[in-house]
Amino acid sequence: MPLIETNDLCQRYDGRHILRNINLSIEAGEVLALIGPTGAGKTTLLRLLALLDTPTSGAIFFDGANVAGSPRFRLEMRRRMAFVLQKPMAFNASVYDNVASGLRWRGLGRAEVRDQVERVLEMIGLSADRNRNARTLSGGEMQRVAIARAIALDPEVLLLDEPTANLDPVSARRTEELLAAVIRQRSATVILSTHDLAQGQRLADRIGVLINGEIPQIGTSRDIFVSPGSREVAEFVGVENILDGTVLSSAEDVVTVDIGGGLIEAVSDVAVGQRVSVCVRPENVTLALSRLSSSARNSFTGKVTWLSSAGPLARVHVDCGFPLVALVTRRSAADLDLHIGRQVYVTFKASATHVIRTERDS
Amino acid sequence: MTEIWQGLVRAIELIVTLDAEVIEITWRSLTISVIATVLASVLCLPLGALVHFRRFRGKRLLISLVQTLYSVPTVVIGLLVFILLSRSGPLGGLNLLFTPAAMVVGQVVLIIPILLGLTISALSSVDRTIADTARSLGASGPQTAVLVLTEARFAVTAAVIMAFGRAISEVGIAIMVGGNIRGFTRVLTTAISLETSRGDVELSMALGLILLLIALAVNLTLNRIQR
Repeated sequence: MPLIETNDLCQRYDGRHILRNINLSIEAGEVLALIGPTGAGKTTLLRLLALLDTPTSGAIFFDGANVAGSPRFRLEMRRRMAFVLQKPMAFNASVYDNVASGLRWRGLGRAEVRDQVERVLEMIGLSADRNRNARTLSGGEMQRVAIARAIALDPEVLLLDEPTANLDPVSARRTEELLAAVIRQRSATVILSTHDLAQGQRLADRIGVLINGEIPQIGTSRDIFVSPGSREVAEFVGVENILDGTVLSSAEDVVTVDIGGGLIEAVSDVAVGQRVSVCVRPENVTLALSRLSSSARNSFTGKVTWLSSAGPLARVHVDCGFPLVALVTRRSAADLDLHIGRQVYVTFKASATHVIRTERDS
Repeated sequence: MTEIWQGLVRAIELIVTLDAEVIEITWRSLTISVIATVLASVLCLPLGALVHFRRFRGKRLLISLVQTLYSVPTVVIGLLVFILLSRSGPLGGLNLLFTPAAMVVGQVVLIIPILLGLTISALSSVDRTIADTARSLGASGPQTAVLVLTEARFAVTAAVIMAFGRAISEVGIAIMVGGNIRGFTRVLTTAISLETSRGDVELSMALGLILLLIALAVNLTLNRIQR
């Protein structure tokens, strides 16, 4: 039985749909990352799961029980979780009292509170600051205190809203390391939201993509990055080449797609006449100065229109009747003497594409 | 002019020599107003939290009404309490009229609007995220309210001090339901009023000076808190 389940969860504010038919099923011990652009509804969803708000319609089941009960029952359920809000807010009290607050509200004895708080302060590296007023902490320190406040409670479910947003890179890395350690050491179920895909990949077992209040896809990070389920997901996970077209013919699970500026062969079993988007990851596009004789099914001639560097890599924009982006090492770019206007041969394999149906058969 | 000057000198003499009557009246004033402030606080802090945290129809109207009553004339409250406590009134059986208890009741009624209104606005000034954070860490409704009150402690203390200031300086209620009985319900303000009409300007001035000193103490405390 899943630990948390949602059933057609909807949330509306002033007649505007923030969340629409969210159906989630989260197993105990799982780490789920909700990724999506700002305003997609991540915070709204987390607030519902943390039982801070009540949904317009739909239900949430926690450990098999519908949480839409009496305030007393909801409080009982809420005390099995802990939620770290996006904006870490210090109570105007010492660091120690901040971390102790949740334990005291649960009615724990003095000694128990002390042991737990000291242990957690040690973990976040703020033992020496225990008597400092938490309001005087830096953003990164405060975020760690906010996380400490939550994990001191040993929650069954830990919810985190954008744990590293609004932090400088160093604090963000430190906070993420702390989270990774928490995830390793504890058996807690963790649900976190982030707009940083890479962070989702690093921390989570499963990723749910939240776009415009809906979850079009949920799965392992591999599933989502290699086979995005919709055009929106592909765009959000950074597939740079998304080519829209119609399937012209199909043979032995290889389809030919007319994308307007050319024909592309792709491995897929979609039917002829279907509107599709063909995704090609830039790292799978090969550039050459002469026409290659290879097994790759897709080969085009084009002109370089733009070059930019991305760390050790160069991002090369090529116009081959349709725009295509290739990612090559800076060394290769230099060897090929790539510059704007240079003619290049572009190849990619039919198996390196991913085809998404964009609408029903017409 | 010399009369005022002589009055002032005599007044300071009365204070410095700890004149028995002056001390007694001051002590009674302080006791009655402190009790009234404590009672009103016990009532208004939880009530303010309730109004602040609950969503209900007419909440804004209620808050406007409370704020309007900040400046209710003391004699109106005096009249109200008089009617309630008079022998034929609904609470006449308690025999409270013309006792210090009646004055406490009157002052409580007088400062409830100020205390309630300022408590609500003190709570509103606390970032909403504080309450959310508390709930997300498992605080119950009352625990959240206590935390938010603690966060607003300076503003809440200021409200309590303001209320005390209003209570100790009012005269209408003290006269109407206390009756200004010597040695029983005579307080600073009523004594000043009576002694002045009787021509004992020196005693009046001494008492007035004390009242001013109390006001000064209240203000200094307020400033310290708000700094």
